[in-house]
Amino acid sequence: MTDWGPHLPALQVILPMLAAPLIIALQRHRLAWVAATITSFCSFAIAVALTRGVLDGQQYGYLMGSWPAPYGIELQVDAFSAIMLLIITSASSLALLGARDSLDVDIENHRQPLFYSAWLLVLAGLCGMTVAADAFNIFVFMEISSLASYILISGGSDRRALPAVFNYLIMGTLGATFYLIGIGLIYLMTGTLNLADMEQRIHEVSDLKPILVAAGFITIGLALKAAVFPLHGWLPGAYTFAPHAVTVFLAACSTKVALYLLLRFDFFVFQPNLSGHDIQFTYFLMPLAVLAIIIGSLVALFEQNLKRLLAYSSIAQIGYILLGASLVSSAGLTASIVHFFNHALAKGALFLAISCLAIRCGGTLINDINGAARTMPWTFSALVVGGLSLIGMPGTAGFISKWYLISAALEHGGIGIALTAVILVSSLMAVVYIWRIVEAAYFREREIATAAPQEAPLLLLSVTWTAALLNIYFGLMPELPVTLSMSASELLLEHMP
Amino acid sequence: MSPESAMLLAIIIPLVGAVGIAVAARWHVNLREAVTLLTAAALALTVWSLVPDLMEGARPFRHLTEIVPGIEIALQAEPLGMLFAALASLLWIINSIYSIGYMRGNREPNQTRFYIFFAIAIAATMGIAFSANLLTLFLFYELLTLSTYPLVAHKGDEKSMRAARVYLGILLTTSIGLLLPAVIWTYVVAGSGEFTPGGILAGKISGPAVGLLLGLFVFGAGKAAMMPLHKWLPAAMVAPTPVSALLHAVAVVKAGVFTITKIIVYIFGIDFLFAEPSSSWLLYAAAFTIIAASVVALRQQNIKRMLAYSTIAQLSYIVMASAILKPLAEIGAAIHMVSHALGKITLFFAAGAIYTAAKKTEIHQLRGIGRRMPWTTAAFTIGALSMIGVPPTGGFVSKWYILGGAIQADNYVALATIILSTALNAAYFLPIVYLAWFAQEENSDKLTHGEAPLPMVLALTITAALTVGFFFFNNPVLELEAQLVRGLT
Repeated sequence: MTDWGPHLPALQVILPMLAAPLIIALQRHRLAWVAATITSFCSFAIAVALTRGVLDGQQYGYLMGSWPAPYGIELQVDAFSAIMLLIITSASSLALLGARDSLDVDIENHRQPLFYSAWLLVLAGLCGMTVAADAFNIFVFMEISSLASYILISGGSDRRALPAVFNYLIMGTLGATFYLIGIGLIYLMTGTLNLADMEQRIHEVSDLKPILVAAGFITIGLALKAAVFPLHGWLPGAYTFAPHAVTVFLAACSTKVALYLLLRFDFFVFQPNLSGHDIQFTYFLMPLAVLAIIIGSLVALFEQNLKRLLAYSSIAQIGYILLGASLVSSAGLTASIVHFFNHALAKGALFLAISCLAIRCGGTLINDINGAARTMPWTFSALVVGGLSLIGMPGTAGFISKWYLISAALEHGGIGIALTAVILVSSLMAVVYIWRIVEAAYFREREIATAAPQEAPLLLLSVTWTAALLNIYFGLMPELPVTLSMSASELLLEHMP
Repeated sequence: MSPESAMLLAIIIPLVGAVGIAVAARWHVNLREAVTLLTAAALALTVWSLVPDLMEGARPFRHLTEIVPGIEIALQAEPLGMLFAALASLLWIINSIYSIGYMRGNREPNQTRFYIFFAIAIAATMGIAFSANLLTLFLFYELLTLSTYPLVAHKGDEKSMRAARVYLGILLTTSIGLLLPAVIWTYVVAGSGEFTPGGILAGKISGPAVGLLLGLFVFGAGKAAMMPLHKWLPAAMVAPTPVSALLHAVAVVKAGVFTITKIIVYIFGIDFLFAEPSSSWLLYAAAFTIIAASVVALRQQNIKRMLAYSTIAQLSYIVMASAILKPLAEIGAAIHMVSHALGKITLFFAAGAIYTAAKKTEIHQLRGIGRRMPWTTAAFTIGALSMIGVPPTGGFVSKWYILGGAIQADNYVALATIILSTALNAAYFLPIVYLAWFAQEENSDKLTHGEAPLPMVLALTITAALTVGFFFFNNPVLELEAQLVRGLT
């Protein structure tokens, strides 16, 4: 039997990419769904296998066509990419599994095969960005995933998605272009695109203007993709008007991949070489992170649309991730990477619950769910679990990130205490915006004119509960994400001078 | 059954009971009530089975899971937690009997939800009582807040929703904003949050930081209702009376003062705190709350609101007793948890019985009610005497020990506070007792009611008897709690 082990990094990308065009050929919508879901779960299995390998201390470097790096295309999987792959593939699999019921409402049957094909392209693109070891292939995969995700977002029946996706397209293209300009400049100065090679060669030309400009372009380009405050303008619209299943998938992982790249570039390439980069990193990103946390939560307090509310909460949560990273310490990076994982869990569960209630309550406005918990107890209890995890209640995954983040902040003396206060205040704001949902669903009276909503379809509901239970499981037994995050943060810091 | 598994069972039994209640409710309400009572009885048996081991000095420990390397969720029984768990599990049985009478007598809606969340709250209480470290305590502390929220919001009208928002708002703000940073701070400086006899912070932290950390803990445990964080307690009076009993006697406020006492004894260590001048503010803050709350209670017209302010004062008794930082006073703090719980639950049961039978909620309406409801009024009298601290009631015993501790420490502030507050307690309780027994009833010819439904009268008679009984039979409790301060001067 062939040993597939060494080929796993390539399969991770190739499998969904090859499956995508095949799915169009399937014609029948249910068949397409089955094929896409199976493909996604296979990707997940590959990610699990890679993670096990990484945990056993295996190194995954893959040379496409056996061309040696830095000339050929290299793929790499380490602890950081492993946790990212887990997030991406599991989010895609759970979202697809639940999508059957919610997409039937959103998309006509004959267009569904095309839609699932675009979905797999997004999956392939995101996985590709994660495993690619050279800057240009990262760009290629970025474009693949972005273009396909524009299709996903605008694929539903909600016409308001069109202006939202146009906004996203402009901003996304700007981001990608900035990134491309950045790596162009670096290529000009160093003659290489391979990240490891770049790290070596950039040393000779560090602190020259083009490199500084390149660093600026790359950082801002990726920050746009990652919806870092104040470059988040595209995100709420895109999340709100996308089909619900798509929101589950994208909210759980798409901005995180850009953040992942941002950290990779900053710590692997720039940090060791540009003098004073870490100070800039701290002074530039920390205030932005704090602003994102405060303003994102503040806007969420007053939102009437549940999806938009959670989208603003995501902007705040991206702030948490950046805040941990901006501390430039082992504890801070661990907190940040753990939060990649835990936030994906919490938001995944919440958006899954939202897709349950959207099918039954006829909308995602807060008034649409008045009193709905009485007839949809399972949906709303899953929503409460996800919400508690987002708040960071002990016993849920969110608490683990908060614990690490606060411990990391407290290492930094006076400013640490201020940051702790920010984290705690925004947790309290999360209590308020989650509780608005709870109160409406559990204690308000339903308007008499509308019939009481039924419980959501069984498949979607069980997927939602799987996500909710994962929040509790990883809140009590967080060994896996914590171990991976710790070795990932070690990896990032190894490159520091 | 080993003591280790008994602790775990104490948390699991009420949770299983909650599921059982939900299932049983689909068949018949009587079956649902039977499940509640059976669960309560099973829990009490389980918890009380631990007592003999604890009396012999055993400290069963059970590891559950490790959430962060070196930081675990674990259970351990020790005298203070044992007392709390034993008390709460006993009162749950009596409270359930009472609830059945009250909820049916007043035709309350959503009774199933009420019993389910009551059971979950009890599970959280058991977790708090048996927590082996700060993190476990925090976990169950938050669970208790969340599970009691639907109970406070029970009626679902605008008024109770507002009250429930105040309740949740104050309790979550203080626990996330103050208690959580204090917990993490402790883990960061001491490297653990294990409850250890003698404390873990000595030598790890000193100077004003000690006072600050103590402040974070004391105000972070917002359930102890220290002023100025007491507003949630009077607000929560809109809830049905069995919920008030849960809040005031069985679980919630007790969880607050229990947390403070446990942290003072097992995290700071009383000798360490006694030597640290920056911690002395706690005594004054508690003394202020005692006097201020008693004065406010004096001016209340509504029976339940007056009892709420009385609770605020009595809770600070416990906090003040722990803050005296002498062995006798720590014992006093522990047994005041018991005597206050027994006395206050009696008072609330009586107030609820009067509401159910006569729909009376104000103090001035109680004229002459003693003749129509002699059992209820007698129980109310016993509860009131215990609050004042008159023998032969439980309140006298704990006050004796707190006074002893104050004398041990030459603490005249504490002495003066106790004397003054005794006078104030008498001033707001005795007129009611007089009114109820000796004043002439108004419109007596139009009134036809007698006592409240039998389960309620039964429950309040039992708690009144326990209040008196605690005066005579307190030896096992004293012996158990003496272990708390063994080896200290």
